[in-house]
Amino acid sequence: MNHHVNDYDADHESVYDGLLGGDASQWAFGTDFEDPLAGMDTSVPAGLDAAELADLCLRLGDDALVYSHRLAEWCSNAPDLEEDIALANIALDLLGQARLLLARAAAASPGLVPVLPEGSPVPVEDRLAFFRDDHDFRNVRFVEPENGDFAVTITRLLLFATHRLAVLERLRAHPDAVLAAIAAKGVKEVAYHRDYGGRWFVTLAQGTDESRRRLLAALETVFPLYDELLATGVADVRDEVEVVVDQVLAVAGVERPDVKPIGGARHTEALSRMLAEMQVVARAHPLGVW
Amino acid sequence: MTEIEWPLYEVFVRGKRGLNHVHVGSLHAADDEMAVRHARDVYTRRNEGVSIWVVRADAITASSPDEKDPLFAPAGDKVYRHPTFYSIPDDVPHM
Repeated sequence: MNHHVNDYDADHESVYDGLLGGDASQWAFGTDFEDPLAGMDTSVPAGLDAAELADLCLRLGDDALVYSHRLAEWCSNAPDLEEDIALANIALDLLGQARLLLARAAAASPGLVPVLPEGSPVPVEDRLAFFRDDHDFRNVRFVEPENGDFAVTITRLLLFATHRLAVLERLRAHPDAVLAAIAAKGVKEVAYHRDYGGRWFVTLAQGTDESRRRLLAALETVFPLYDELLATGVADVRDEVEVVVDQVLAVAGVERPDVKPIGGARHTEALSRMLAEMQVVARAHPLGVW
Repeated sequence: MTEIEWPLYEVFVRGKRGLNHVHVGSLHAADDEMAVRHARDVYTRRNEGVSIWVVRADAITASSPDEKDPLFAPAGDKVYRHPTFYSIPDDVPHM
């Protein structure tokens, strides 16, 4: 992508060359995308346990992958065109994080990657995404349930993004430079997700009788798995997450629901149904080129 | 139940190296802040922008197509108003 820019920098004859990004017909499509991990050394730094690093990346990556897929189910179904695109953007941000994190996990611990037939062109991160069974996924159950209505989606997104932002902020200082770079990229994305969720949360709480009724119902639906998110997350960020969540609840003027945390099985049935749909085409064509 | 339409906003985006905000389209939002967020989501998702303006469409006063001739036709033949008789050095920007 960058060669246009370099050409321009080399012989800038007019300021408009820069405005047009080197191609007058396509300037409106945007320019200058950055590959956050281009050329990075993916060897595991001395002193780090490769298996532990891979496990950490897999947990973060699976959270992002599963939740991204859920949010993507809003495509063409959201209440407004603008919200449709907003939710799809968030899903794509998380999918991008999942891709980098699964690739990092595979590079750190190649034994994790499912073996496909000789000659399969499927890249390692796709093998992890599409060729593992549900019991091998390391995500929290919090991201698995079906979306429910818009209020349930917003409530879950707010809690997820608040927690993930705190985790990624912590991981920016991780000794593995690749993970630290992925986290630094993710912080900017997830900060927006939290902002989006928080604004809608308050709007629904302070909106109409119907929106408030739905939001209060959403709290009862979403909070039972919230404790698992805090307890099994990759870093202990409970205190800072709770401060933010309490602030949003206070601004919204709603009480934290009195619900019992759900314990028990590693995954919910919703995950296997989601994976069945997500993986079926890839699994039918392990040698397929996309 | 009657559907209440959000007001229409016009969106202006300044590109990475663009000099001015350029009108890129319109959208619906419940308030000004939401309009900025929506504009970010709808109009800058391909790395187009570094700055966004939104303004409610009903706050814009526009010229009428009926006025086209009296407003614009008189400028059509005033070639001497164009600075085309000067040569501009290559290193003069923003002309």
